[in-house]
Amino acid sequence: MERILFGDNQFFGINHMSEEKARAQAIRFADIREIIDLLDVAYDSGIRVFMCTTHDRIAEICAHVRSHPERYSSLEFYPCMPYAHKYANAVTEHGMIEALKRFLPAEGAFSALVRGGVSVATRDVEGMARLLIDAEMKMFSGLRTPVIFLQNVVTDLLLGMGIKGAFRIFADHVRERYNAEPGFITMNLPRLLDVLEEVGIVDPIVCANINKLGFRMCGGIDLYEKVIASRRFRPIAMSVLASGAIEPREAIEYVCRQKSIRSIVFGASSKSNILNTKRLIDEYSVAG
Amino acid sequence: MVNVGLIGLGKMGLSHLAIVNTHPAARLVGVCDAAGYVCSVLHKYTGIDVFSDYREMLDNKPLDAVVIATPSRFHGEMVREALLRGLHVFCEKPFCLDVADGLELAELAERKGVVNQVGYHNRFVGAFNEAKRLLDAQALGRIHHVRAEAYGPVVLRPKGATWRARGGEGGGCLYDYACHAIDIVNYLVGRPDAVSGTVLNRIFSRDVDDEVYATMHFADGMTGTIAANWSDDSSRRMSTQVALWGTNGRMVVDRQDVKTFIRAAAGSAAEAKEGWDVRHTTDFHRDVWFYLRGEEYSAQLDHFFRSIVEGRRENISSFASAVQTDCVVSAMLQNAGDAWRRVDSASTDPAQSRTGSGGLLSLVTGALR
Repeated sequence: MERILFGDNQFFGINHMSEEKARAQAIRFADIREIIDLLDVAYDSGIRVFMCTTHDRIAEICAHVRSHPERYSSLEFYPCMPYAHKYANAVTEHGMIEALKRFLPAEGAFSALVRGGVSVATRDVEGMARLLIDAEMKMFSGLRTPVIFLQNVVTDLLLGMGIKGAFRIFADHVRERYNAEPGFITMNLPRLLDVLEEVGIVDPIVCANINKLGFRMCGGIDLYEKVIASRRFRPIAMSVLASGAIEPREAIEYVCRQKSIRSIVFGASSKSNILNTKRLIDEYSVAG
Repeated sequence: MVNVGLIGLGKMGLSHLAIVNTHPAARLVGVCDAAGYVCSVLHKYTGIDVFSDYREMLDNKPLDAVVIATPSRFHGEMVREALLRGLHVFCEKPFCLDVADGLELAELAERKGVVNQVGYHNRFVGAFNEAKRLLDAQALGRIHHVRAEAYGPVVLRPKGATWRARGGEGGGCLYDYACHAIDIVNYLVGRPDAVSGTVLNRIFSRDVDDEVYATMHFADGMTGTIAANWSDDSSRRMSTQVALWGTNGRMVVDRQDVKTFIRAAAGSAAEAKEGWDVRHTTDFHRDVWFYLRGEEYSAQLDHFFRSIVEGRRENISSFASAVQTDCVVSAMLQNAGDAWRRVDSASTDPAQSRTGSGGLLSLVTGALR
């Protein structure tokens, strides 16, 4: 797994500090060229991975990369699925069953399943989950996706509901169908590690908020530091700057000090922020 | 341990399920939904006992509390059944479509001495609570205007199959979105006495309003405006913002940050900074034991369970406070047909309206006298 991953929150109006800033970014990145320009800055600085949500607009980026194979000869995507708002909004608008139907390619199969009642339904949930994963992966066709993540809203919803088997279904399908490593994004790291271990997912890739402020680290910063140091998994740190609440040098120094952290994902909306963050991570990674 | 039953497995129900299931003081013992398919899948993968009839669950499970997250038109009946069995009740918003129902149930809950709460989660957002702290400390001086706005993507096409598209079931932007804005106004500065100029517009929906605009009038001469639109997909999720103007300055608050402009030499007792000051959610974020979509969803259920365990009766978002929001919603509904008149929020309180005669029209004109 690469040390530095370039994230995409900033491109889609996601900012954990300010709705105003989020909107300004959404307006700026309405032009796909703006996104590509920043992706190019990241790529040319040596960042080889774009970790991105399966947002509809990512399909445009995928198409661009596909059509310039030499330019992006070593670029990899780490897709994060699903783009949960797409589903949540559809459930609100159409109801759960109708929403599912809309996202499944084989509509006939699903209708039969609902009509068929309980016994058929429970048996086919796993097949349905695989179809949904495939639908999300369509946009990455022909591109390298060595790690595929389950997005935190879904990971944490399943975790909370106690649908533990779902992690196994996701992991197995991603391995078998895409020859990729499964990854899990969560806001509840210690709890998730227990469950992944329970369902036999060994040495999992888990991406979680890890920052000096303890911001959105459920279970507390002390417990996070302890599990990172002691448990067998491959941690990826996200929200290391806590949306800008921590000074960059201090933020990166804190994360790099924890030797078990494999990778750091960050998003930035300016060339200078990308280059500075990259430089800081390089500096503290070597210093260790 | 608090034994909990959950009724309704829609979007909020699933979210509550995950949060209840992980709470250290709660044990989820039963789940109920009319959709057999969803229940059977849930049972298969979690082993939780599932029911299609909520009364069966209430009668057969040793419950201490219920969480109700069904379409709004069922709230009244289900809350009553739960209260009559002496259960603590957490009910999704809006509380009751009929204000009379809501008032009666708030009273019943009080009599039964049970914890009662409605899911107005903005009351558990750090930034809104910081705003409340500053307002209570008179940081802005005397408030003379408040503006609350709620925008987001729910109905974006001229069709809709769910209960949210049906007015009689608690659908519509007023019940779904505007009530959040109204409730946060009630929380921050108190309930308006009357409303006027209510506009309920349809954009895509056939039977319900997609946007809501109204003026609010408060006892001390303060005024306010509400704007809500659930057909706005320029933001990916619902965004609620409140702006307040006072004799000492201005404040703008949403779930992410609190911006204040405090006039120099204002002489306020509060420790707010002069001029513009912006503070972010990271400054007043409180740890929760489990995170899903936002701290506030966990924090509100934590408040509910703690109140039960500690025997606390006062609640940040009680039935009684939610009925106040229902009263304003009801006043807006009355006012919408005749928007140039003012309608007293209190006039939708049936205890008062019964004293008058001649129904709705006399209420409206009575309010103008």
